[in-house]
Amino acid sequence: MNPEFTRNHFELFGLPVAFALELEALERAYLDLQSRVHPDRFASAGESERRVAMQWATRANEAYRTLRNPLDRARYLLGLKGFDTGEESNTSMPADFLMQQMEWREAVEAGRAGDDPAALEAVRGELAAARREMQALLARALGGDRNYEAGCSLVRKLRFLDRLEEEIDDALEAASEGRP
Amino acid sequence: MAYSDKVIDHYENPRNVGSFAKDEEGVATGMVGAPACGDVMKLQIKVGPNGVIEDAKFKTYGCGSAIASSSLVTEWVKGKTLAEAATIRNTQIAEELALPPVKIHCSILAEDAIKAAVADYRKKYGEDDAAKRAAD
Repeated sequence: MNPEFTRNHFELFGLPVAFALELEALERAYLDLQSRVHPDRFASAGESERRVAMQWATRANEAYRTLRNPLDRARYLLGLKGFDTGEESNTSMPADFLMQQMEWREAVEAGRAGDDPAALEAVRGELAAARREMQALLARALGGDRNYEAGCSLVRKLRFLDRLEEEIDDALEAASEGRP
Repeated sequence: MAYSDKVIDHYENPRNVGSFAKDEEGVATGMVGAPACGDVMKLQIKVGPNGVIEDAKFKTYGCGSAIASSSLVTEWVKGKTLAEAATIRNTQIAEELALPPVKIHCSILAEDAIKAAVADYRKKYGEDDAAKRAAD
């Protein structure tokens, strides 16, 4: 058996090609596939069989990691539909979204400078609420609406939020370590 | 990563940081963001009645290269017409600041910001804005 690289990640696990996904079903399908192709099972097999098993295991890992994360799953699904999310190239975002980003960044900077973990946590709370809202919109865009342009825009926004959260984490860590 | 002297100079002494007053005449704003790195750039221009950019201000959240790129662009656009400002290319910015390949996207962000500011001006005041305002 050869790793079927023509099948997409969803098909590999026998899942519907859709953004909505039951994590438990993904988990089960992944463990099932992993147990069948695990290199240990091919320890006594010939070299080419072992290599194929290794390719399968790698392929299954990559597919699992991609589908498990909502943002990665959305990006991957959009790619299957022929849409590039433009995260590396598209810089035009709605002005109100960017204004909000600026305000949050100012708050994070102030929180970091003032060594104020509570302020940082407050921004993180707002960020979490915004993320939930956007993820719901993303599920609708990629689900019933089939509005893939909107899906790409939401992926870009969520990517932005991820980066901001990393900065908050870093600022909080700095605060707890007493470094600037 | 080693920043060039010019990047460090702009980063440590950024030119034209800030914003214009909300109701100031002839002001237009370009706001852009880079999802992959999370940088946000706001670039404002103030255009005189003769259609020449009199002043520019910026506010950027991002790495040193992004700050330097926007600082440099605010210096460059002063004294330029809108049409001239819109011809600034990221390659010129990257060359001036000696940006390494991984930081080219910062210069692209600055180019997109000035383009967005020019587009905002034209949207607000009309395509041949300057002539119109001069006639008023």
